[in-house]
Amino acid sequence: MVTVASLARPRPSDPASQRAWDIAAEVCDPEVPVLTIEDLGVLRSVAVTADGTHVILTPTYSGCPAMEAMRDDVTSALAGAGYQNVTVELVLSPAWTTDWMSDEGKAKLVGYGIAAPTGHSGVRPTGTVRLQLAVKCPRCSSLNTRELARFGSTSCKALYECRDCLEPFDYFKVL
Amino acid sequence: MSDTIEQDGHGHVDVDTVQLSAELVEAASVASHDVAEYALWLGDDSLVLAQNLGWWISRAPELEEDIALGNIALDLIGHARSLLHYAGAESGRTEDDLAYWRDEPQWRSAHLFEQPNGDFAHTIARQFIAAHYLFELYSTLMESTDATLAAIAAKAVKEVDYHRDHSIQWVLRLAQGTEESRRRMITGLSDLWPFVEELFVDEPLIDRLEGVAVRPSSLRAAVEGAMFPVLAEAELEVPRGFISSGGGRRGDHSENLGPLLAELQVLARAHPGAKW
Ligand SMILES: [Zn+2]
Repeated sequence: MVTVASLARPRPSDPASQRAWDIAAEVCDPEVPVLTIEDLGVLRSVAVTADGTHVILTPTYSGCPAMEAMRDDVTSALAGAGYQNVTVELVLSPAWTTDWMSDEGKAKLVGYGIAAPTGHSGVRPTGTVRLQLAVKCPRCSSLNTRELARFGSTSCKALYECRDCLEPFDYFKVL
Repeated sequence: MSDTIEQDGHGHVDVDTVQLSAELVEAASVASHDVAEYALWLGDDSLVLAQNLGWWISRAPELEEDIALGNIALDLIGHARSLLHYAGAESGRTEDDLAYWRDEPQWRSAHLFEQPNGDFAHTIARQFIAAHYLFELYSTLMESTDATLAAIAAKAVKEVDYHRDHSIQWVLRLAQGTEESRRRMITGLSDLWPFVEELFVDEPLIDRLEGVAVRPSSLRAAVEGAMFPVLAEAELEVPRGFISSGGGRRGDHSENLGPLLAELQVLARAHPGAKW
């Protein structure tokens, strides 16, 4: 079943909230600054009401330290545009998945030198299963790559190396 | 709305002053006393394990491993924050109150998570057992009738899946590496194995939380079913012998928890209310 909560980009339908969404959507991930929080799928909801502006973000990883920064940046972006009573809430459910990353976001990642998640996060009765495809080198596009370390410079990345151009690169893991 | 914006060009922003933590879980959910106690079990397991793992940063056998164990610890702290926030709401305590101001008998961690890092093989053995247990636990807890616990579990299970992979790769690598690495893996596994049993003990609390909590004894088949084939592939025997009496869920802890808490809590207690 497709619900609003499970959509990759749940942009609101009313014009006032849409305008606020578009402002919040410009905020970038401090650790991967080419990606906006909309590209990432971290921005889940923006609602403008008489009481104020309420934003919902969902963390990529449970312990991701960048969430605090994203939250502050959303607050100041909306404040800068004149919005009042801005509240930013972090909600865990439904859990974030790399499936929510936009194609545009994936292209930006590759341009930045980080291989984009390949394959999809799936769910089976016992939990998750990752359909891992070959990871393409963001530098020379070779598929002849190998994982050096599953845990890379941030929670969301693994470290790979290319066996053709011999360069190491980050890979944004499927989650 | 747009009127008020235009009247006041700069706007003014009321950021809720509550810490990030106060919002990690969904809307106004407050756990009952029993649910809070159960959340404490799980949160304490993760926090204690994370505190142990953090020691490895700058000390692991290779740089990649510093980063891996650091990232695993960070995920576990994330789970602990959500769980302790939820556990504390019932009694008006924050996650920091619970982390820094409880003494040893008030902690609910199982002994496995409290075991010292030992050498790298001991840490890997502890990770291997812990990650398999947590993966099956959260896979089941996703179906909890308690929406907050289900949401935390659905998030955590995907991360713990990576922790499990990490530990499996190291168990295989150490067991099939040199004679020395194999000897250490065998020792690590047999030193940690006595603490497996406690993970499957059903305390009376579980009877009162049917449908909410995961019955520990019900996890045994899945946890062992996932661990044993890896051990077989690594040509390691399932250790036998001494079984720890456990008791962590009732506040009876191993001798390791005291020193661990002293380090975890010293700064907060030396400077009460300090922010950093
Ligand atoms: Zn290449």
